[in-house]
Amino acid sequence: MSKLSLAVDVAGLRLRNPVMNAAGVLGMSPPILKRVYDSGAGGVVTKSVGPVPRKGHQNPTLVRVSCGALNAMGLPNPGDDYYSDEIRALKGMGVPTVASFFGGSVHEFAEVARKLTEAGADALELNASCPNVVDELGMLAADAGNVEKVTAAVKDETRLPVFVKLSPNVTSIKDVARAAEWGGADAITAVNTLMGIAIDVDFRRPVLTNTTGGLSGPAVKPVALRCVWEVSEAVDIPVIGCGGVTTWTDAVEYLLAGASALEVGTAVMTHGFQVYGEIAEGIGAYMAENGFSRVEEVVGLAHDAGRDTKSKVDRCSIRV
Amino acid sequence: MPTTLEEIRRVRLTDVVSECKDFTSLWFRDPWAAEGRPGQYIMAWIPGLDEVPMSLSTIDEGGLSSITVRSVGEATEALSALEPGDGIGVRGPFGNGYRAEGRRPLMVAGGSGAASLAPLVKEMLAGGAKPTFVLGARSSDQLVFMDRYRKMLGDGLVVSTDDGSMGYSGYASRCAAELMERGGFDHVYTCGPELMMVMVFRDAESAGLPVQASLERFIKCASGLCGACAVGPYRVCKDGPVFDSAMLREIRGEFGSTKMDLSGRAVPVDH
Repeated sequence: MSKLSLAVDVAGLRLRNPVMNAAGVLGMSPPILKRVYDSGAGGVVTKSVGPVPRKGHQNPTLVRVSCGALNAMGLPNPGDDYYSDEIRALKGMGVPTVASFFGGSVHEFAEVARKLTEAGADALELNASCPNVVDELGMLAADAGNVEKVTAAVKDETRLPVFVKLSPNVTSIKDVARAAEWGGADAITAVNTLMGIAIDVDFRRPVLTNTTGGLSGPAVKPVALRCVWEVSEAVDIPVIGCGGVTTWTDAVEYLLAGASALEVGTAVMTHGFQVYGEIAEGIGAYMAENGFSRVEEVVGLAHDAGRDTKSKVDRCSIRV
Repeated sequence: MPTTLEEIRRVRLTDVVSECKDFTSLWFRDPWAAEGRPGQYIMAWIPGLDEVPMSLSTIDEGGLSSITVRSVGEATEALSALEPGDGIGVRGPFGNGYRAEGRRPLMVAGGSGAASLAPLVKEMLAGGAKPTFVLGARSSDQLVFMDRYRKMLGDGLVVSTDDGSMGYSGYASRCAAELMERGGFDHVYTCGPELMMVMVFRDAESAGLPVQASLERFIKCASGLCGACAVGPYRVCKDGPVFDSAMLREIRGEFGSTKMDLSGRAVPVDH
């Protein structure tokens, strides 16, 4: 048996292990993302960067709910020109960097992608799915046609791998994933937060200033895992799993569902920075125990078993 | 009802006390705040307006706790205008808080920094320590908790005003430097304007004294998640707000010089 390795190649992005932070989590400044990397992540994902500085929404921007958190940060970011220097700093520190980005139009998406490419990012994550700026920017990922168009425009401006991050708040995520693939996406990140609301019974009003927010954490895991399952069956490009990954067992579930890599967000709130290293080590221990030497051997395995089960059931029903 | 300190609950103000010019204390009963540690903060929610981090200025006096608000903006003006019986939302307390260390600590407070150090003074006095406390302000009418500190510390209180209207005439950091030169201290605590704290830290480093300084940044999630309050590799909301000497050395490039604005751009610190 060959030596066990956690290294992965996700559509050309090479990582020492498949664990990254989720966009918007700790991604404001280079030193804190360096700490994510030093804590054992395979690479980092920046805060979503747009064409102009944004302060984000007024507090409260986060509220704790059962098994997770609801947030409406509102895409605060210093703008692509400013953040280009931050990406250079991260690359100077030797950190594999995925630059998350967004725009308000096809042209803006393409323009920001071009700048972040010039800044030296290793890959781009096209945020097509922030649920908290729908009034201002709309939600791109709700419309398959737009996703294809924007992805194609971005691909024209960059030689980097482009991951398109999708929303679970759609009728058919498979259709949107296919549209991204047709547009030239190199991978799909599934998924962004699930839209929700929290209401305070004493004040009798929504807690978040933005009224609604995005649900994250263990509460969304079964939904996000199902999205990864469906997307990985719908497209031929790699899938990056995101949604409630807290332990190595969560991570392995995502790999088995078809994810080639993982993004960990809310778990840092409950488990601290060490969660990145712990998950990576846990995946390694699972692989060692079960005789796998490379992560990609695990990816999607549950689909085979799923097909077996289905055929057995079919046979049973025939017999009956 | 909330079952963890992270969840928001409504508290009714039991008392609203004007401390001095621009400073108001809001008292409330909350079981989680009553179990807070000196140097920790709560997130105070004014529904429909904002949610802001506020250090606990009193912890568990007969079950009651307080925050002390300096009226400087929309949110703090609204808080200062509240009356007994009014409700605010709170979550927390969050953050690391101070570690009570040393028998002869020097404490240096500027402006609203006097609020977060008050519970520490109480705890350290109870532990038998003999603090010397520099209470600094621009002018005599802005000395926060002067009577409270006088009662607790007696001669241990050193008043300092920038304009010389009471006590030492000059910056609190300069007053602290002179005290450090005289010696006799084994630990330094400081909370207040960052330019004051950076001076205090510099002088304490020269004197070989360990420092704990409480930093202020824009706090959004208060959960260590969003990174809005990052200073170097640290999150003020979770790894702080209290930074020790080792952490302060690591953030030398930012401490006393820049902070992130709400969009994540580095801008000069206020004071």
